[in-house]
Amino acid sequence: MFTSEAFGKWLTCDVARTPDYLQQNLMIKVKEITKKYARTTAVDHVSFEVEKGQIVGFLGPNGAGKTTTMRILTCFLPPTSGSATVAGFDVLEQPLEVKKRIGYLPETPPLYPEMETTEYLEFVGKLKGLSGSQLDKRVDYVCDRCAVADVKTKLLGKLSKGYRQRVGLAQAIIHNPDVLILDEPTAGLDPKQINETRDLIRGLAGDHTIILSTHILPEVEQTCQQVIIINKGKLVATDSVQNLQARARGAESVLVEVAGRNGNLDLAVVQKRLEQIRGISRVQYKTSHADRNVFEVESQKGFIRGDLARAVVEAGWDLNELRPAAMSLEEIFLQLTGEEAGAEPAAKGAH
Amino acid sequence: MRNVWIICRKELGSYFVSPIAYLLLTMFALIFGLMFWQMLGSFVFYSMEMQMRGQSFPMSLNEELIRPLLSNIGVIGMFFVPMITMRLFAEEKRTGTIELLATSPIRDTEIILGKWLAALALYAFMLLYTGLNIAFLFKYGSPDWKPVLVAYLGLLLQAAALLAIGTFISTLTSNQIIAAAATFGICLMLWLISWASSYENARWAQVLSYISIITHFQSFEKGVIDSKDVIFYGTAIFLGLFFTSRSMESLRWRS
Repeated sequence: MFTSEAFGKWLTCDVARTPDYLQQNLMIKVKEITKKYARTTAVDHVSFEVEKGQIVGFLGPNGAGKTTTMRILTCFLPPTSGSATVAGFDVLEQPLEVKKRIGYLPETPPLYPEMETTEYLEFVGKLKGLSGSQLDKRVDYVCDRCAVADVKTKLLGKLSKGYRQRVGLAQAIIHNPDVLILDEPTAGLDPKQINETRDLIRGLAGDHTIILSTHILPEVEQTCQQVIIINKGKLVATDSVQNLQARARGAESVLVEVAGRNGNLDLAVVQKRLEQIRGISRVQYKTSHADRNVFEVESQKGFIRGDLARAVVEAGWDLNELRPAAMSLEEIFLQLTGEEAGAEPAAKGAH
Repeated sequence: MRNVWIICRKELGSYFVSPIAYLLLTMFALIFGLMFWQMLGSFVFYSMEMQMRGQSFPMSLNEELIRPLLSNIGVIGMFFVPMITMRLFAEEKRTGTIELLATSPIRDTEIILGKWLAALALYAFMLLYTGLNIAFLFKYGSPDWKPVLVAYLGLLLQAAALLAIGTFISTLTSNQIIAAAATFGICLMLWLISWASSYENARWAQVLSYISIITHFQSFEKGVIDSKDVIFYGTAIFLGLFFTSRSMESLRWRS
């Protein structure tokens, strides 16, 4: 039976989107997704959300389940349990609607070696539903955007790795999708190409919501706003890059290198003077090799670097260095995944 | 429908930019040409001999030449089917381009139909070559064209069924050689099981011979469109393509 509401939906071709998408601009919502293969569990109850326009780094060691999760989002693999929605459509119930809104670059760009670049991009464009002058326009646009215009008539099989990757990226954005899913977009490129690809991805961020997977940490620090860390199929952390760093660090902490005017410095005096600064919770003497005296200073609130510098200089000492003791994402990553491994010794025995 | 056409065009393109299509067409044309030349030679020889013995009316071109020729094509075509279908899915699986197709907004059935139609089109090209030779018979003799057309329809249907089976087998592996060898084996078996009925009349032999792809061509080569045989080929095509779609589906659940 047709209710009037359902009929109205059918009439306006308004496909059912989830309220999350309509109300909160949630581009991707993954809920308790699990993917089991014959003997192994590749993804284990992973949940996360991505807002519109974000660049999200999907981080994890090789074999952590990144590719599997991405394949579930692109409707290539169905999840064993759990649900995922992209742009308000469920990947199991409305895969065609999801696929229309997703651009996907797998780990190896899916190129046909016997095709020329434009021929290939036209083919993919048609697959995604483009035609006529719109298709021609998009092909020209993505060729410029991804810097492959100078290999338009070359066979894909003859292209270098960097060009293949860029054609792969061009293919992913040809239909101007809402969501871009890039599986290790910089793997196997040389440093110059890596930088170019990162710039390209950052440039695309305005128009698309991007998920990119990588096991290279600086990449995430440089390109992404949000990080999702996954290890052995389990979600370890999901947060913004800054928050994650702050979280791992606990509070703001600064390294100060202090030197006396004529070479002698009473460490106890320095420590006492630093502790007197308002807002400082802990001062710890770190090292003094090669005549360098470094203190690590922690505070619970806000920036203390200005107060610190003034205090040191006013006391008549030299301030040789003052820098935030930020943990690199690498350390956070190791710490987080390490904890995980520690909490679960001999994890599952599989893999 | 549009998507089927997009896939079909792309597949035909792949056949014709690689040497595959040209190699198959050339080999098929050579083999058929050789066969045609020899059978025509013996036909001319025997019909002259008949005339010298005083037989008044000439031998039938349809019955004595075209029918055995086309019946032979049916068998030779079986050897070409694996070479046409082996790459359809195996190649995409090996290079990873299957991920592009499977994440594009088109249905599995559209991908499968497009690929199968492209394979069928290539086979039709090959049959077209043979038509060139047959056309000469119309120039110098006067065979009946209707049974010839029916026989070609039968050839196309038989190939369509075998190509559907080959398409299915191509989804099972990412190795083209394995796909080709398995398809070849099955094609050969579907031909050979018909021999059982030549010495054995039991029920099982009849069943085997009925399953055989080749026995259903016999009515077409006589110029008869038997609905039973059309339905047999139709069923084989449907089953082949249905299993292909099941296989693609299971690829997703297992991989």
